[in-house]
Amino acid sequence: MLCDTSRLLPAGAATTLPAQPRSRGSALRCRRRELHFPGHPALPFCDFLAAQLARPSFPPGRRVILRRGRMPPVMGGSLAGSERRARRGRCGPQAARAVGPDVAAEDAARSPKRLVQGSRRFKAAGGWALLAVVTLLSFATRFHRLDEPPHICWDETHFGKMGSYYINRTFFFDVHPPLGKMLIGLAGYLSGYDGTFLFQKPGDKYEHHSYMGMRGFCAFLGSWLIPFAYLTVLEVSKSLPAALLTAALLTFDTGCLTLSQYILLDPILMFFIMAAMLSMVKYNSCTDRPFSASWWFWLSLTGISLAGALGVKFVGLFIILQVGLNTISDLWHLFGDLSLSLVTMGKHLIARILCLIVLPLALYMAIFAVHFIVLNKSGPGDGFFSSAFQARLSGNNLHNASIPEHLAYGSVITVKNLRMASGYLHSHRHLYPEGIGARQQQVTTYLHKDYNNLWIVKKHNTNSDPLDPSLPVEFVRHGDIIRLEHKETSRNLHSHYHEAPLTRKHYQVTGYGINGTGDSNDFWRIEVVNRKFGNRIKVLRSRIRLIHLVTGCVLGSSGKVLPKWGWEQLEVTCTPYLKETLNSIWNVEDHFNPKLPNISLDVLKPSFPEILLESHMVMLRGNNGLKPKDNDFTSKPWHWPINYQGLRFSGINDTDFRVYLLGNPVVWWLNLLSIALYLLTGSFTAVALQRGVHLPAEVEGLSQVLLRGGGQALLGWVLHYFPFFLMGRILYFHHYFPAMLFSSMLTGILWDTLLRLCAWRLAPSSLARGIHVGGILSLLLGTAYSFYLFHPLAYGMVGPLAQNPLSPMAGLRWLESWDF
Amino acid sequence: VDELILMREEQLGILLSLLFYKMLGFLRHPLVVTADINLNVVALTGVGLLSRLWRLTYPRAVVFDEVYYGQYISFYMKRIFFLDDSGPPFGHMLLALGGYLGGFDGNFLWNRIGAEYSSNVPVWSLRLLPALAGAFLVPMAYQIVLELNFSHCAAMGAALLVLIENALITQSRLILLESVLIFFNLLSVLSYLKFSNLQKHSPFSPSWWFWLMLTGVACSCAVGIKYMGVFTYLLVLSIAAVHAWHLIGDQTLSNVCVFCHLLARTVALLIIPILTYLLFFYVHLILLYRSGPHDQIMSSAFQASLEGGLARITRGQPLEVAYGSQVTLRSVFGKPMPCWLHSHQNTYPMIYENGRGSSHQQQVTCYPFKDVNNWWIVKDPGRHQLVVGNPPRPIRHGDIVQLVHGMTTRLLNTHDVAAPLSPHSQEVSCYIDYNISMPAQNLWRLEIVNRESDTDVWKTIMSEVRFVHVNTSAILKLSGAHLPDWGFRQLEVVGEKLSRGFHESMVWNVEEHRYGKSQEQKERELELHSPTQVDISRNLSFMARFSELQWRMLTLRTDDSEHKYSSTPLEWVTLDTNIAYWLHPRTSAQIHLLGNITIWASASLAMVTYALLFFWYLLRRRRSIRDLPEDCWLRWVLAGALCCGGWAVNYLPFFMMEKTLFLYHYLPALTFQIILLPVVLQHVNDHLCRSQLQRSVFSALVVAWYSSACHVFNTLRPLTYGDTPLSPSELRALRWRDSWDILIRKY
Repeated sequence: MLCDTSRLLPAGAATTLPAQPRSRGSALRCRRRELHFPGHPALPFCDFLAAQLARPSFPPGRRVILRRGRMPPVMGGSLAGSERRARRGRCGPQAARAVGPDVAAEDAARSPKRLVQGSRRFKAAGGWALLAVVTLLSFATRFHRLDEPPHICWDETHFGKMGSYYINRTFFFDVHPPLGKMLIGLAGYLSGYDGTFLFQKPGDKYEHHSYMGMRGFCAFLGSWLIPFAYLTVLEVSKSLPAALLTAALLTFDTGCLTLSQYILLDPILMFFIMAAMLSMVKYNSCTDRPFSASWWFWLSLTGISLAGALGVKFVGLFIILQVGLNTISDLWHLFGDLSLSLVTMGKHLIARILCLIVLPLALYMAIFAVHFIVLNKSGPGDGFFSSAFQARLSGNNLHNASIPEHLAYGSVITVKNLRMASGYLHSHRHLYPEGIGARQQQVTTYLHKDYNNLWIVKKHNTNSDPLDPSLPVEFVRHGDIIRLEHKETSRNLHSHYHEAPLTRKHYQVTGYGINGTGDSNDFWRIEVVNRKFGNRIKVLRSRIRLIHLVTGCVLGSSGKVLPKWGWEQLEVTCTPYLKETLNSIWNVEDHFNPKLPNISLDVLKPSFPEILLESHMVMLRGNNGLKPKDNDFTSKPWHWPINYQGLRFSGINDTDFRVYLLGNPVVWWLNLLSIALYLLTGSFTAVALQRGVHLPAEVEGLSQVLLRGGGQALLGWVLHYFPFFLMGRILYFHHYFPAMLFSSMLTGILWDTLLRLCAWRLAPSSLARGIHVGGILSLLLGTAYSFYLFHPLAYGMVGPLAQNPLSPMAGLRWLESWDF
Repeated sequence: VDELILMREEQLGILLSLLFYKMLGFLRHPLVVTADINLNVVALTGVGLLSRLWRLTYPRAVVFDEVYYGQYISFYMKRIFFLDDSGPPFGHMLLALGGYLGGFDGNFLWNRIGAEYSSNVPVWSLRLLPALAGAFLVPMAYQIVLELNFSHCAAMGAALLVLIENALITQSRLILLESVLIFFNLLSVLSYLKFSNLQKHSPFSPSWWFWLMLTGVACSCAVGIKYMGVFTYLLVLSIAAVHAWHLIGDQTLSNVCVFCHLLARTVALLIIPILTYLLFFYVHLILLYRSGPHDQIMSSAFQASLEGGLARITRGQPLEVAYGSQVTLRSVFGKPMPCWLHSHQNTYPMIYENGRGSSHQQQVTCYPFKDVNNWWIVKDPGRHQLVVGNPPRPIRHGDIVQLVHGMTTRLLNTHDVAAPLSPHSQEVSCYIDYNISMPAQNLWRLEIVNRESDTDVWKTIMSEVRFVHVNTSAILKLSGAHLPDWGFRQLEVVGEKLSRGFHESMVWNVEEHRYGKSQEQKERELELHSPTQVDISRNLSFMARFSELQWRMLTLRTDDSEHKYSSTPLEWVTLDTNIAYWLHPRTSAQIHLLGNITIWASASLAMVTYALLFFWYLLRRRRSIRDLPEDCWLRWVLAGALCCGGWAVNYLPFFMMEKTLFLYHYLPALTFQIILLPVVLQHVNDHLCRSQLQRSVFSALVVAWYSSACHVFNTLRPLTYGDTPLSPSELRALRWRDSWDILIRKY
C-alpha cells in the first residue's frame, strides 16, 4: 500500500527531482524514497497554489489538455494542482488516487523541466503568502480592541486570580490541571504584572494593573488556531479553497474571537488541540518516509501537544483518544503490510510508544512537578488536601512542625475526616435538641481549627492518667479498644441505638459521661485500613476507622449540614454499613504528647507520585462535585450546535459595555447543515463503494477526500461533543468550541468537495468553472458579511439592547433566547 | 375486446381446475406430520423446570425485593395508577399477570421483608412466571451454542452450567424480574442466530420471517422489563448492522433484493420494537385508570385523565380562564416537589438573619398541599370587579393581568428587593402599602408557553403560562429553596430577573378553576371554600400521556439510599459480595443470592482466554498466517462478539451509573459469560490440544472441573433454596470469603 503511488510516477518527473538522501532506518523498499525534496519538508501546501499560479503561463492548448480531468481550474488548487502533488508522491497516498495515471503522465510529459522548477519557487512563495495573509488576518482580528473592556470579564475572575497565585506562589485548588494557569501566570509575570490585583468579581476595573500581557498571551495562542486549521484542512484535502473556507469560517466566527480575547483556559486548550491535530495529519502524510527527520519531528510534536492539551483541561483526553485511534489504525495497516519485517514493526511500535505515551506522560508529570515547586506557600487550597500534603506548604501550621510519630495513650489529638472538605471531629457544650435522639452532647465535624477539636486517647477500661511520668509509654496499636475523651468537656465519644439526626438509617453519635466515666457504649475499636493487627498507628499517614464495639457500626461523617441547632456544622453518625468509604476513614492530624519525642514532619512528607495521585483524586472529586441544582438554568449539550444561547461575558444594562459569547449564527448553522449533509453524502458514497459501483477516477478521488479527510474531522467533532451528554457536571456553552473547530474543518472540506462534484457534472458547459469559484467565493463573502453584522458581540457594544430599534444589534436577535 | 375477455375466462377456468386438482391431491396422499424432537432439549427443559419450580411456594413469606414488586402487583390488581422509575411497565405487568391468573385481589400490605403471606396471596402463581423464564434459560443456552455451530457436547455444557448456577436459581424462584429479563435477552440472541442461519439458504421463507420478527419483539420485551435491556438490543442491532453491511457488499444480489433485505430488517428490528414498546405503555395506561398515591408527580392534565383524584375535583370546571376567574396555580416543573402558588397573612421578616433587609410585605410561597390560601383571582387592571362578567371575557396570550390573593385580597407584586434565599433574584410579595416610597408594581403580562398562535386563550390545566412582570420584566419562578421557619418551610418563589432562557420552573398552569360570582369579600371567602361546579370533560391523547409518563420515569430522581447489601461493579466479577434475601423467623434457614463460585471464576477465566486467543489469531491473520480455517474463524468471531459483547454491554455501563447497585445487576452479563465458557473449552480441545492424549487429558480435566462445580452447587444449595436450617458451625464453614455476609443467629 505504501508503494502504490509510485505507479503513478512517470520516469520524466522522477528525473527532474533531486534524490533524497537515505533516511535513517527507512524500511521502505520502494523507489519512492528518491522523490523527496529535502528542502521543504513541512510545506506541501505550497505546491498547490503554485500549480495554479503557474497555469496562466501554459499555452492555451495545454490548458485544454489539463482540463481533461474534467475539473475546472479554479482559484487556488484545482484538482490539477493535486495531480501535480500526487505525481511527486509526497505526503498523501489518498490524494494520489484522485488522479487517473494517464492525465498525470501527459501533464508531466508536456511540462518542460525548467518551467516546473521555476514555477515551484513561485508556488512556494504564493503558498507562503497566502498562509501569511490568513495568519495576519487572524492576528489582526484577535488583537483588535484587545484592551477593551478594561475590567474583569466572566471567568477571568478565576483564571486571572490563579495566575496571580502562581506569581505570589500561594497554593490553591482547581479542578483543571495546572498548565493553562501556569502559562497565564508566566505571561503575567513576564509582562510586568505583579500579582497584586484581587480579581474579585466580574466587572471590577483593572485600573493601573497590567492585564494586557495575560490577555495578549491568550489572544496570541487563540490566533494560531486559524493557521493551524488552515494547514490541517490543506493537508487532508489537498485543496486550497477548502482550507481557505475553513480559515474564513473560524476567522469570522464571533464566538472563537470572543473566547480568544480574554484570560481564559480555552484558547490555550484549543491551541494544543489544534496543534496536536495538525501535527498528527502532517505526520500521517509522512507515512511514506518512516523514521525520517520530519517524521520524528511531527510525531514528537503530536506527543508534546497532547501533553499540553491534557495539561490544560481534562477535555484534552478526547484529542488523545483521537490520536490514539489514528495510531491504532496506522499500526494496523503497517502490520498488514507483509513487506515490513516484524523488527521494523517493533521499531514503529516503540517509536509511537515513546513519542505518544512516554513523552506526553513525562511532560505531564513535569508540569505537575513545576506546579508543586512553584506553589510552596499555604493558600486557599490547603483544606482540600490531606494533612500530609499540607505539611509541604510553608505558612501552614503543619509545615516544619514536629510532632510525635506514633499514637500513644494519653496523646491529645485532632482527628480529620478523609472525605474532601469534611473537617475535624468536633464536639461542644451543646446538647442535641428535644426529639432528636438522646439529649446528649453534640458531636459534629467542623472545618476550622479550634480547641473543641481536641480529643484525648484513653484506655477503655482504666481512667488513670496515662501521662503520669511513672508509667511507661504505651502505644496504641491496630485493633486496640480505646476511648476518646473530649478535652474541653471531658465527655466520651459515644454511640447508641438511636437514629442519627439527618441520616435516619445511621446511629447517633454523642458526647457522654462525666469526667471520662461513661459506659460500654463509649468503647471504640481503632483499625488501620489495610494493616495487620498489632501495628502502631502513625500520625498523619495511617488511615484509621473507629468501630463502635457494642453496635458494630463505624464512625463516619455523612457530609450533611446540621440545622441551626447544630451551628450548621456537619453531621457525624455511626454507620452500620461496613463499606470502606472515605466518609468513614479518618486520620490523626495534630498530636501532643509530652512523653514522646517529637520528630520533624519532613520524614512524613509524601513522595511526588503520592502528591500527584492525591491531587488527581481531589481534582476528580471536585469535578464530580460541580453538579447543577434542579431549579438552575443550565446549558444543555443539545443547545450548543444550534447556537441556542450565548454566555454573557460582561455587562447587562444598556449603559454597560457588553460582550456576549455567541457563535456567528451564519457560520454555526452552516456547520450544522454541513454535518447533516456530510452524513448524507458520506453514507451514500460508502454504500455505493460497498456495492462495488465503479466511480470515475475524479469522483473516486473526491470521495476518498470526503471519506478520509472529512471522516477525521467528523471523528474529532464526535469525540469532542458527544461525551458531554454523559457528563453529570455542570456544563457551559464554551465547552463546545473545540468541537466547533472540527465541525468548521468538516464544513470546509465538504463544501469544496461538493462544489467540485457539481462542477465535474457540468464540466463541458461554461458554468462548470463558475460554480466552484462562485460557490466558494459566495461562502467566503457571506461569512465575512455576517461577521460585519455580528462583530459588536465580540468587540463589545454600548447602547440600547437589541429589542430597541436604535441598537447596533437591532433586528439581529434572530432567536429569542439570545439576550444582548 | 371480446376475445380478451374470453381468454381471461379461459385462464380462470384453467386456474380453477388446477386448484381442484391440488385439492384432490390431499385425497390421494395421506396428511403426514413429521416432527423432530430433540430429546436433549426436552430433558434439559425437564431438569430446568425441576430445579426452578421445586417447592416454589417455600418460603411463604415476603423475600427481599418481592416487597418492592409486590406493591406494584397490588396496584395493578386494584387498577390504581403508580409511577415506578426503575423500568418500563412490561415486567411489572407480567408479574401482575401471574397474580391475575392466581386470582389475587391485591389485598396484602407489602411492608416488610419476612412478613408471612396471607391466604389470599397466590404465591405459587405469582412466582411461576419468573421461575418458568428461569427454567427456559437452560434449553435456550443449549440452543444458542448449537446455533453458533458448536458441538452438542459444548451446547450441553452451556445448558448444564446454567442449570447449576445458584444465583440464577435464587433469582428465578422469587417474584423478581431478572430471570425474565435474561430470558428475553437470550431469546433475542437465539432468534437472531436462527434468523441469520436461515439467511444463507432460505431468505424470506416463513421461518426466516418468524425468527426475524421474534428478534424484534424479544428485544423490545427485554427493554420493556428493564432499561438495561437496551444494551442487549443495541448489541443485536449492531451485529445485524454488520451483517447487513456485508449484504450490501454482496454483489451477487440485485439492488432490489438488497433493498428488500434492508427494509425487512428495518421494519423488524426498529419499527416493530418501537410499536411493541408503545403497546406496553398503552396496556399499562388502560389497566391503571384510577388515581393513586403517585398522582402528585404528574401534571394536572395527566391527573385529570385518571378516575378519582384531581379529576373528581376538576370535572365540571370552566375551560377558559376569564377576568374574575378564581384559580389555583401549580408549578409545572414540580421540583423539588409539586406545589401551588400560595400566600398567607404573614409577612417577610424585616431583617433576615444575615442582616439583609426585606420589604416586610406579605409572603408569597409555593405550597405542596391543597389549601384555601392557594386560590388567586385573575383581575383586569382596568376594572375593579372581581367577578366574571356576562359573557365572560377570556384572557389571551400577551394580556396584562393582576393576581389577587383570594383570602387576603392583596395583589401579587415584585420589586427590586433581593429575594430571601436567592439574592440575585427579586422578592415576590403580596403588596402592602407602607407609604415608604415603595409603589405597587403588580402588573403581569401573561405568556402562554405552549400556544399555537399568538391569540390563544388561557385554558385551565392545558395552558402552560409564564407571568412576566411589566415594570422589571422579571419572571415568576419557583426557586426550589426551602424558606426557614418564618416561612413555614414552604418553597421560595422569586422574580427571575436575568432570564437565561426558558426553564420549566418559570411555568405555571391553572389546576382548579371556577368563575367568581361574589363581589363581597365575606361571600367570596365562602365561595373559595366551596368545591367547584360546572361540567366539561377533557381527555389526553395516548401519545401525550405516554410521553409525559416516560419522561417523568426517566427524570424522577429518588434519593440514593445506602443499602447494607449494595455493592460496586468491581466486586461482582470476583463474587466478593452477596445479598441476604431472607431468614427464617425461627430457625437459621436462609436464602442468599450467592453464585456458584467455580462457574463465576472459570467463566471470567474463559473470557480472558478468549480475548487473548482472539487477539493472537487476529494479529497472525493480519500477517497472513491462518491458524483456523475460514468458517471456523468466522464462528469463533461471532461467538465472541455475542458472548463477550453481551457481557460487556451488560456490565460496563454500570461503572457510569450513580444509582445504588446490587449483585443481581450482574446476572445478565454473567449468563453471556457462561455461554462462552463451553465454546472456549471446545475450541481448546479442537484446536489447541495437538495429540489424542492431550485431548483425553483435557476432557478428563473438564469432567473433574464440572464435578467440582456440581459440588459447589450442592454445598451452597441450602442457601439457594433456604430449605434446610444449618448449624452455626456449618454456616461459618460456608463463609468462604470474609466479605460474604451469612447470617448466624446468636443463641
